[in-house]
Amino acid sequence: MESISYKQITFTLNGKTVTTSVDVRLSLLEVLRDTFGMTSVKKGCEVGECGACTVIIDGETYDSCIYLAAWVDSKDVLTLEGLMDEEGKISDIQQAFIDEAAVQCGFCTPGFIMSSWKLLSTGKRYTRDEIRRELSGNMCRCTGYQNIIDAVEKVMNERLADN
Amino acid sequence: MYDIQHYYEAKSVEDAIRLRVEHPEAVIISGGSDILISIRSGDLAGCSLISIHGLDTLRGVSLDPDDTLRIGALTSFSHLMKDPLILEHIPVLAEAAGKVGGPQIRNIGTVGGNVCNGVTSADTASTLLAFDAEAELQGQKGKRRVPLTAFYKGPRRVDIEKDEIMTALLISSKAYKDYAGCYIKYAKRAAMDIATSGCSVNVKLTPGKDAIEYARVAFGVSGPVPIRISSAEEAVQGKPLTEETIELFAEHVRAGINPRTSWRASRDFRIQIQLEMARRCLRRSIERAGGEIVG
Amino acid sequence: MQVGKSVKRVDAYDKVTGRAKYTADICPKDTYVARIVHSTIAHGRVLKIDTSEAERVEGVVKILTCFDVPDIEFGTAGHPWTTNPEHQDIADRKLMNEHVRYYGDEVAAVIAKDEVAATRAARLVRVEYEKYPHVLDPLEAIQEGMPVIHEAFPDNILGHSSIREGNYQEAIREPGLIKIEGWYSTPSVQHSQIENHICYAYMEGGDRVTVVASTQIPHITRRITAQALGLPWGKVRVIKPYIGGGFGNKQDALYEPLCAWLCTQVGGHPVMIDSTREETFVSSRVRHAMRSHIISWVRPDGTFAARKMKVWSDQGAYASHGHGVVAKGMGAFPQIYPCPNVECDCWTVYTNKPSAGAMRGYGIPQTMFHNESHIDDIVTKLNMDPVEFRRKNSMPVGYVDPFSKNELYDDSFNQCMTKAEALLNFNRKRKLYANQTGPVRRGVGMALFWYNTAVWPISIETSACRMILNADGSIQLMLGETEIGQGQDTAAAQMAAQVLGVSYKDVHVVSTQDTDVTPYGSGAYASRQTYVGGFAIAQTGRILKEKILKHAHRLTRMPVDIIDIKDSWIVRKEDGRRLISLETLATETLYDIKHSEHIAAESTYSVQSNAYSFGASFAEVEVDIPLCHVRLLGLVNVHDCGNLINPQLAEAQVHGGMSMGIGFGLYEKMLFDEKSGRMLNDNLLDYKLPTTMDHPDIIADFVENPEPTSPFGTKALGEPPACSPAPAIRNAILNATGVAINDIPINPDQLFESFRDAGLLEGE
Ligand SMILES: Cc1cc2nc3c(=O)[nH]c(=O)nc-3n(C[C@H](O)[C@H](O)[C@H](O)COP(=O)(O)OP(=O)(O)OC[C@H]3O[C@@H](n4cnc5c(N)ncnc54)[C@H](O)[C@@H]3O)c2cc1C
Ligand code: FES
Ligand code: FES
Repeated sequence: MESISYKQITFTLNGKTVTTSVDVRLSLLEVLRDTFGMTSVKKGCEVGECGACTVIIDGETYDSCIYLAAWVDSKDVLTLEGLMDEEGKISDIQQAFIDEAAVQCGFCTPGFIMSSWKLLSTGKRYTRDEIRRELSGNMCRCTGYQNIIDAVEKVMNERLADN
Repeated sequence: MYDIQHYYEAKSVEDAIRLRVEHPEAVIISGGSDILISIRSGDLAGCSLISIHGLDTLRGVSLDPDDTLRIGALTSFSHLMKDPLILEHIPVLAEAAGKVGGPQIRNIGTVGGNVCNGVTSADTASTLLAFDAEAELQGQKGKRRVPLTAFYKGPRRVDIEKDEIMTALLISSKAYKDYAGCYIKYAKRAAMDIATSGCSVNVKLTPGKDAIEYARVAFGVSGPVPIRISSAEEAVQGKPLTEETIELFAEHVRAGINPRTSWRASRDFRIQIQLEMARRCLRRSIERAGGEIVG
Repeated sequence: MQVGKSVKRVDAYDKVTGRAKYTADICPKDTYVARIVHSTIAHGRVLKIDTSEAERVEGVVKILTCFDVPDIEFGTAGHPWTTNPEHQDIADRKLMNEHVRYYGDEVAAVIAKDEVAATRAARLVRVEYEKYPHVLDPLEAIQEGMPVIHEAFPDNILGHSSIREGNYQEAIREPGLIKIEGWYSTPSVQHSQIENHICYAYMEGGDRVTVVASTQIPHITRRITAQALGLPWGKVRVIKPYIGGGFGNKQDALYEPLCAWLCTQVGGHPVMIDSTREETFVSSRVRHAMRSHIISWVRPDGTFAARKMKVWSDQGAYASHGHGVVAKGMGAFPQIYPCPNVECDCWTVYTNKPSAGAMRGYGIPQTMFHNESHIDDIVTKLNMDPVEFRRKNSMPVGYVDPFSKNELYDDSFNQCMTKAEALLNFNRKRKLYANQTGPVRRGVGMALFWYNTAVWPISIETSACRMILNADGSIQLMLGETEIGQGQDTAAAQMAAQVLGVSYKDVHVVSTQDTDVTPYGSGAYASRQTYVGGFAIAQTGRILKEKILKHAHRLTRMPVDIIDIKDSWIVRKEDGRRLISLETLATETLYDIKHSEHIAAESTYSVQSNAYSFGASFAEVEVDIPLCHVRLLGLVNVHDCGNLINPQLAEAQVHGGMSMGIGFGLYEKMLFDEKSGRMLNDNLLDYKLPTTMDHPDIIADFVENPEPTSPFGTKALGEPPACSPAPAIRNAILNATGVAINDIPINPDQLFESFRDAGLLEGE
């Protein structure tokens, strides 16, 4: 069997079906940034340690730096860009990050918001320690995490109160 | 961009085996959370890969007709954490899987990769070992089973033939029925860390819940590969649920462990915590099995 | 009021949507990738470099080595330049070095069309070395017969300074004194900002080179790049987009000069150096490891008779910020607890390790750990209360530093301690935890810190500002002081709005600094920006306002001194009558057929003052003795940083600093292989940045005593929060277990050693 250098992949990116041919050596991080211009996906270590490159694939969080782009064929990918609607209205999570001052240099922010998106998508109630656990694959050097946890807890409480 | 020479994608288990035969130099990649790191670091730069990432038939947990728990090699840690069969029969394996890295790593990392990687710190390995798990391997000649104790041949060396892949980890009903266990991961921080040491203990109590019928203990980072300490297991067999029994257990653990000094931790320090972990794991396991420790 | 309000960050929307552009996000696609070949020995000389095999890798454009670089030595510290040669930073490195001084030194660079080619080729570059012995420990490096790291410093001592007050020798003869003595040490740690260092360079106009860089100090980096390449300064342009954290790491010219030079060697084609995490650890900058020996002679009533401190600071391979760091650290010693008889000495010593530079706190977190640990050793020995002892001995109100003329105007220390004590419930817990015996014990501890806001009078403190009135009445604001995550742009917008009588939303801060456009400012370092930038903003704002009011007079015929700007309207002061909106004024003026003016102001403010900043940390821990494990249960920081421009952002800033303090106290340490000098844990898995799960809820609070020298009443906040958590945690562990641990991080390995030595663990 022949080895392949390029692979044609079709996947859903932020709700739209896209097709591209990828060099099989590329990480999903690189393809999202360089081919699709999703520069919210940040690179902080390239080895799955910092979480800056976190994206959602089929509803779960992944470090896109250690995920081969070739694997994303027929999957559903969500990046931070996909949390904003067509009119530029941002999600409640993003608003809470602004309101709670959970953003400083902003480099870890996209990854944190994606991990938060996943945890909040379950509709469950979490304790603060459980929130910490769900966000433990993301590192931030600026905030001490305090306001990030506050922001997530706030959205969780608001959403649970609405239901 | 990863420095990969050739890349092959398996469409089925048979396909993977064929690729293994055709490209004996190529390395299997499953979740990639070990392999991709090694490619980037240079250790495996320029290697060729056989991706089994798409073999969804190897994901998930099921019960064989004889009640053997079949854990697909590609089952992710986060899947293990919430799988109903695991939670029902071996909740401690979910506990161990929950200690791996962080959520993203638990989503990508597979239990098969954890074991096949052949490192002593693998978080699920000690628990699997402590439940007498067997590796199911499939090659040109069909399937074979190897107990994990024999599967580990040395650091980064496991018993996989050139034409094989691991398809599942199997735990017989005899090995898990009526056992309760506890896993303690010792690490330098509370998440995103490789175990300084890991201890997994499980016990089956006598019907009256007043003595240990069987106990099993396995350690990670207590030797070059995950190990069982059978002398400790035997020593407490039939013993009452007392602090004395726990000390006896610890004494035998002490004789059985042999951690080394590395820049990550000293031998003496590892011995100190491993003894304490053994005690706490046994206590916890007894409690979880419904026993009460006296004295 | 625009200051003092918790308005939302001006950059928050862009940052939560992923629209904020960082260096990697704007780098052109056809940019060449440069990979650096790093030395694999800690000390020696490069004899030969064979690039033949590497050149054959497809995609390689050019390989340059330490034999090709300009013969220019330069300094990299992010200090403002001085024309006084005696005060200039030490120039001790070239772009790449034949004499390699640490494992990781730059010896060659491969420029290639893509990353794989560059990385492959870099691995194939064969370097032949003559090996010299190396030395990793500063106390060893100063011994006789040790390898000389820089010929100009034969004893490896980069700097030595002393303080002498009173007569120490005389004073210690007083009868009845109790001598308390200890050695304390803090490790090499790294900033670990989440964005690694990255830059790319391109040429324009034939002979000008532009570097786009993740830097805190664009203007300084321009100067250093020009110096390193031997170019007139105007031939270099530096652009700073958003940056993913700095904490002092990027207060140095890192790879910008090399990148600029590589670009000039490939005809001006864009070249990028995108540091890996491993390179950021080893080849950017680290915090100086420091070791102190402290002796205090104390009277039984808890007053000091005499004190002595010696500190050795580990510079690593190159001077970078050099001796200034430990000098600042030592400078705190006689001030925070004034004592009539003091002897202090500090040395900065070259070693064959990564170079130490600026890192949040600039020597203070180190010496605060040493000294505040020592204070609790005294307190323990005298069986006194740690808070009471500090109330008695810390800097009194009215204290003036003769050098900087800084003054303690208010009762800051006591106020901070009182507030923090209450927030942690310290006194009650201290009693509660007094007589514990079990394997798991709790404890509380505290520590103070002292800080200097800016760097005057050691260096210039200057900031220039430009303001432009847009035709719609909004303001364009440009400053050389940079946004690095701390909220500078928001604070600047608030201060400008305050001076001009407009809403902060109508102040558009140009966040990107471009040395071709942005007025001079030294950049983000020390804790200077709000303080120093505040002067420039206030002054420039006044100039702009004067111009606006002149036009208001022309348009309304009201005398200038009876009118003002309020809520973007020209108002009559007396009755508040709105005369003309700023918008109308701006449009009318710009498009006036006769008097058209683009109303703008620009000015430089050279600050001739400095300010103290103070605070305290209070910590609570739980220690599991047999498992050699500490859990931080709570941490409170209370600061007096003057007026808060934006309370919410100030609080967030403190959280971040506290987090860094937690890492410093309990987790972080760069480890080196003794034999090779290689860093062992150069990744985020092995280098233990505390994760979400290692943090308890942390509390930041303030006492606001306005700083009289500052136009907005502010003083340092950026760095101070990282200064006192580590000793507070250490003192809490002492309180819980009775074991005084003098080396951080107090990680499990350290706890094991200390508990074993103290006999707390069952013997083997
Ligand atoms: C940031 C980070 C944190 C981590 N933290 C932890 C941790 O806390 N605890 C822990 O235990 N591990 C940790 N790991 C390691 C890693 O995630 C696990 O070992 C994981 O189980 C590997 O699985 P994988 O499928 O991703 O492996 P891969 O990289 O795909 O493979 C690992 C090895 O197994 C072989 N292999 C994989 N599947 C098969 C198969 N079916 N048949 C034959 N051979 C196979 C591969 O050839 C390779 O040698 C961490 C890794 C990273 C990057
Ligand atoms: S860049 Fe992917 S986890 Fe750090
Ligand atoms: S905000 Fe800077 S790393 Fe998180």
